[in-house]
Amino acid sequence: MTSYTIALAGNPNTGKSTLFNTLTGLRQHTGNWAGKTVVMAEGEFTRGNTTFRIIDLPGTYSLYSNSADEEVARDYIIFEQPDVTIVVLDATSLERNLNLALQVLEMTPRVVVCVNLIDEAKRLGIRIDLEKISQSLGVPCIAISARNHIGIENLLDQVEKVANGTIVPNPVQITYSEQIESKLAQLEPQIEKTLGSRFPTRWIALRLLDGDESLLRTLRERMQDPATTARKEPLTHGRTVCH
Amino acid sequence: MPSISIPLSDALIGSHICLDRIDVQGILRRRLLDLGFVPGNIVEVMQKSPLGDPIAFRVNNTIIALRKEESSLIFGEYVGSEEK
Repeated sequence: MTSYTIALAGNPNTGKSTLFNTLTGLRQHTGNWAGKTVVMAEGEFTRGNTTFRIIDLPGTYSLYSNSADEEVARDYIIFEQPDVTIVVLDATSLERNLNLALQVLEMTPRVVVCVNLIDEAKRLGIRIDLEKISQSLGVPCIAISARNHIGIENLLDQVEKVANGTIVPNPVQITYSEQIESKLAQLEPQIEKTLGSRFPTRWIALRLLDGDESLLRTLRERMQDPATTARKEPLTHGRTVCH
Repeated sequence: MPSISIPLSDALIGSHICLDRIDVQGILRRRLLDLGFVPGNIVEVMQKSPLGDPIAFRVNNTIIALRKEESSLIFGEYVGSEEK
């Protein structure tokens, strides 16, 4: 029996929790994470020979430590390293939602983008070119309606393929200004030397350039706690490893 | 129409503003960008609260209220009368 951990990320009101409940059949219980008081729902379901543990992250517009919610969501993706992160987008306001998708793609390649409320968008006359989004982002992109059980099987197929390595996404990487890119090139080798390849080096370099104090604090805590590092090490999921 | 950059806090209710500059710094700047206050984006001025502060804006199909402290630091130009 294989078991995978799946995180659900997305803006508030994109239907993350509806998807969560559709998948888990309402059998969720809430969990408290990393000493924070923000709650995330956690649930489980089995499909074929695979058990999926689903974490419903707090809904956020961003993952750049503006609030406790954002830090919880960010820390989960970076430190707990779920097998797949599903980014739930609202089909009726993709422009706003894609901001978060790009942020997640900088943090992990194992992403499936899920365009929810597709029936609502259709009713409003919004046409969505999934193929194009998928190509531009470099990760699978599936349309669903969590409320009306449309596209769920398709979504789970893709999630499972990303989790077991059948699909290896190649997410788009944003190229920044020359000035930033040259700083990144200087920082990245240093970060790799200090932290190894456990964490997304480029992303950490970007956070450092941004002067993100809270991330530094969390990183330091994590590094001083040998229990976390030892426990986390075997869980990391090499990109090239085939399962 | 002369195109002069004005702060969002001075914009007329019902008008559409194309943003060109955000003078807020730090975490709040990040937050505003995440919410859609991005140069090039068009913002609709929805309504003022009774005392004139905060003001509600429609950004990316979402209504967000900003205090004068912030909205006076976000600049843009009126865009042609493409009102509904």
